[in-house]
Amino acid sequence: MVQPLGYLKESPSQTAGPYVHIGCTPNFTGIEGVFEKDLGSGPLYNERTRGERITIRGRVIDGSGTPLKDALVEIWQADADGLYNSPSETRGKADPDFAGWGRCPADMETGEYVFETVKPGRVPFRDGRLMAPHITFWIVARGINIGLHTRMYFADEAEANAADPVLARIEHRVRVPTLIADREGDTYTFDIHLQGENETVFFDI
Amino acid sequence: MRSPQRALISLEGTKSEITGPVFGHNMLNEFDNDLIQNYARAGESPIGQRILVHGRVLDERGRGVAGALVEFWQANAGGRYRHKKETYLAALDPNFGGVGRTVTDEDGYYWFKTIKPGPYPWPNGVNDWRPAHIHFSVFGHGFAQRLITQMYFEGDPLIWICPIVKTIPDEEAIKRLIAPLDLNATIPMDMRAYKFDIVLRGRRSTMFDNRKEGN
Repeated sequence: MVQPLGYLKESPSQTAGPYVHIGCTPNFTGIEGVFEKDLGSGPLYNERTRGERITIRGRVIDGSGTPLKDALVEIWQADADGLYNSPSETRGKADPDFAGWGRCPADMETGEYVFETVKPGRVPFRDGRLMAPHITFWIVARGINIGLHTRMYFADEAEANAADPVLARIEHRVRVPTLIADREGDTYTFDIHLQGENETVFFDI
Repeated sequence: MRSPQRALISLEGTKSEITGPVFGHNMLNEFDNDLIQNYARAGESPIGQRILVHGRVLDERGRGVAGALVEFWQANAGGRYRHKKETYLAALDPNFGGVGRTVTDEDGYYWFKTIKPGPYPWPNGVNDWRPAHIHFSVFGHGFAQRLITQMYFEGDPLIWICPIVKTIPDEEAIKRLIAPLDLNATIPMDMRAYKFDIVLRGRRSTMFDNRKEGN
């Protein structure tokens, strides 16, 4: 025998369940008066935030093509200059008027989620090459046992996308478009397919 | 219908994964971590077993994760959730909302007061019952540590026949989600206590870039 390494194991994940809204967006499900507003709701920017205002909308769709009406979507992104508002950000100070995190429950009738945010700047990969602008998505719901991480890229950043070191890692090139959101006006549409022909690429990060 | 069929693509942490949002203690209201009081009418309290749930949020080296936002939600003593889509015939408790949150202190410690939730039936198999449980949502320091899980109670016979619990294939891992009764932390003549530690995944430090398996 050798000495045990002694590292603790990560607590196992469990599904968020159908009533995730009680804990994460209580006002949305009619529990009012406990929290003033639901954490992460509303626009991610205010009038002083730097950067281009955009809207992101989409649905989380199951293997039969049906949108989930009980999903919870969170996003995490850099500011317009590519800096994260986090103590772990070592490259500079992010826009103090942009926290970079948002949370949106899917609409209980349509399954649509919406974020009003700013377009992020570019962030370096570990070797210093710039990644294309992207937003990290995290999706939980009933029937999803562990939160799913993915990234949204922007269709109008074709050149940056072509050089992106993370997208380059995807061997099956036909799957790359599942991470790229189309633009119409100021709105990007990003549908997330959990299963099937157009299954979105998910990451083990 | 909701599980991806293709393998996840591995990605070593970039700034996008090792950074994450931080929520200060100043976002909290006085009773955010007291579910006995935060929805109750003046002078009243919810019905059920009064309990204190406490523990630490830890990293894989056993160090406390300070400033971690912990959110929790649960059914009432009868197993009824306060949610628009919930139809179980057990009654709502007019003094119980079922939601709370807190931020860990400098040692990673957290606590909250609540009512022990009841088991409830769910439409899976024809006679499936969830064990008593409290849902937890935790933010560490990096978005890659984001975790949602469930806490179960020591000695509950429903734990070992629950299909959601059994999505975890390893019995030892299931045990890490079962909170023991903690008599040391009880408040005599007031409430019992359960202890529940949560371990977040490691923060792979850049010192060990050459070790792809992590620290």
